[in-house]
Amino acid sequence: MIALVDCNNFYVSCERVFDPRLEGRPVGVLSNNDGCIVARSNELKSLGVEMGAAMHLLPPHIRRQAVLLSSNYALYGDMSRRVTLSLGEFSPHVEVYSIDESFVGFQGFDPATLEARGQRLRETVKQWTGIPVSVGLAPTRVLAKVANRAAKKIPAYEGVCLLDADGVATRSLLRELPVTELWGVARRTGERLALMGIETAWQLREADPKRIRRAFSVVPERIVWELRGHPAVTLGDMAAPKQQIMVSRSFGRLTGDPADLHEAVRQHAARAGEKLRRQGSVTSAVMVFVHTNPFQPSQPQYRNSVVVPLARPCDDTRDIAHAAARGLEAIFLEGYRYQKAGVMLLDLTADGHRQLSLDETPQTEAERIRRQRLMGTIDKLNRELGRDKVRLGVPRQDNAWRLRCERRTPRYTTRWSELVRVKS
Amino acid sequence: MSLTLDTPPGVLGHAASSAGGSTQPLLGSRVRAGFPSPADDHLDTDIDLHAHVVKRPAATFFVRAEGDSMRGDGIHHGDLLVVDRSLEPCPGRVVIIALDGELTVKRLERVGQRYYLVAANPSFRPIPLEGREAQVWGVVTYVVHALPGAPA
Repeated sequence: MIALVDCNNFYVSCERVFDPRLEGRPVGVLSNNDGCIVARSNELKSLGVEMGAAMHLLPPHIRRQAVLLSSNYALYGDMSRRVTLSLGEFSPHVEVYSIDESFVGFQGFDPATLEARGQRLRETVKQWTGIPVSVGLAPTRVLAKVANRAAKKIPAYEGVCLLDADGVATRSLLRELPVTELWGVARRTGERLALMGIETAWQLREADPKRIRRAFSVVPERIVWELRGHPAVTLGDMAAPKQQIMVSRSFGRLTGDPADLHEAVRQHAARAGEKLRRQGSVTSAVMVFVHTNPFQPSQPQYRNSVVVPLARPCDDTRDIAHAAARGLEAIFLEGYRYQKAGVMLLDLTADGHRQLSLDETPQTEAERIRRQRLMGTIDKLNRELGRDKVRLGVPRQDNAWRLRCERRTPRYTTRWSELVRVKS
Repeated sequence: MSLTLDTPPGVLGHAASSAGGSTQPLLGSRVRAGFPSPADDHLDTDIDLHAHVVKRPAATFFVRAEGDSMRGDGIHHGDLLVVDRSLEPCPGRVVIIALDGELTVKRLERVGQRYYLVAANPSFRPIPLEGREAQVWGVVTYVVHALPGAPA
């Protein structure tokens, strides 16, 4: 069995841990440059504010009652790390999927105990970190996603939903679930499935896997197997969550050499930068993570992650690689044999929506265009000549690392000068 | 009152055996048959104050005290408090509590079935928790107090 643990309204929940006044109020967190809403409390959702809504287009009565905050990635990154650490108390097999979602493997645990274990996990994470989570348990990742969604939406589950491969609950949930809502089914795949008469997750489960494979590719076929309760997908098969780009890879052999890790992180950053530019987006925070091999419990175990906020939203590989290298320096420890390193880009917005920040001058705008051309040329050369033919060497040292943060809360857990104040 | 004090012990915070530390015991020499190496008993490493006060890194936070209501318990204005959220808020412990939307540090006491927040300063009266919106945030485990002349 595998669990998907998903933090509820993660960024808002992080803010609420340190400011109890936000409890019960409509709270939104804004994307880079305070442009649009990237996280909403339930109260803000009930006011009808959509994900991605532009702040300046919100009706005045909503702006008056809602608390809108700049994103505080140093805080979210640290809280994410704490949640992952807490999950490690329940199973060594924790796989980070995004800043607020992880898969937790429960291979070999007695299935009869798992629901209670899930409840205890949820209570422990809430007590230790203050972050509420939902837990979906199932034999496969795709079903665990379905279970997690039910745990969130159906109050009777009290935050933990366990689905058997063939249980009554599984059947009824899959019958009601549009196939496009399934993890890993893209909208266009959904449209073509609809033409084949497959509109619900249940219908996909009952479809002939060979036929699905012929019509699409190996991933949709694997989803059919997963729906039937046979593990078939890896995280690499599935697209990264919306608003995030993730590049990670296991090392061929375990390594404790900092040079290996730096090289891997640099490559991942470059690849992530390419993906970012291909989709025409900019990022404003870079997350780096490393971990040892949890399947070798006799070896010393270590996992850690950190989020490095960028001075301004960008799509420049040099900035991303520089941030990633700084992040790695902060979390790398000697004496461990690492299995995996990864880079995640957070808070993506379309390049066109980018607003000039106050300290940007026309010169820097011209510079930005020049940089964009440079990046485009590098991407093109790498496409034509092969990966990594053109590489970036020394990072730029002139970065100011300032943040756009008009409404940002203190970095409560990562700065001495910004600690929470308690009334004594 | 939505205080999480009445939770039966054993439900929260006893998830696993490991204290979550990343350090491993050091071995000074390989295991050998025969007599143990007498040097192993004398192998010392750095004394790590952080590891001493932060038993559970995932659940431990640092906060800053503002005010003088807790002087009697050794908490001065500006002191750094180490807060462990994994500990149960038992009576007698100094806790951080969200009270009326504000994080406050006080000692938790119980008289009969009623809980009170008690200041360590006679000029503050105990605050009964009954009928109030209060949520324990964490248990204070250590105080770091700078003496005159200590570098900031």
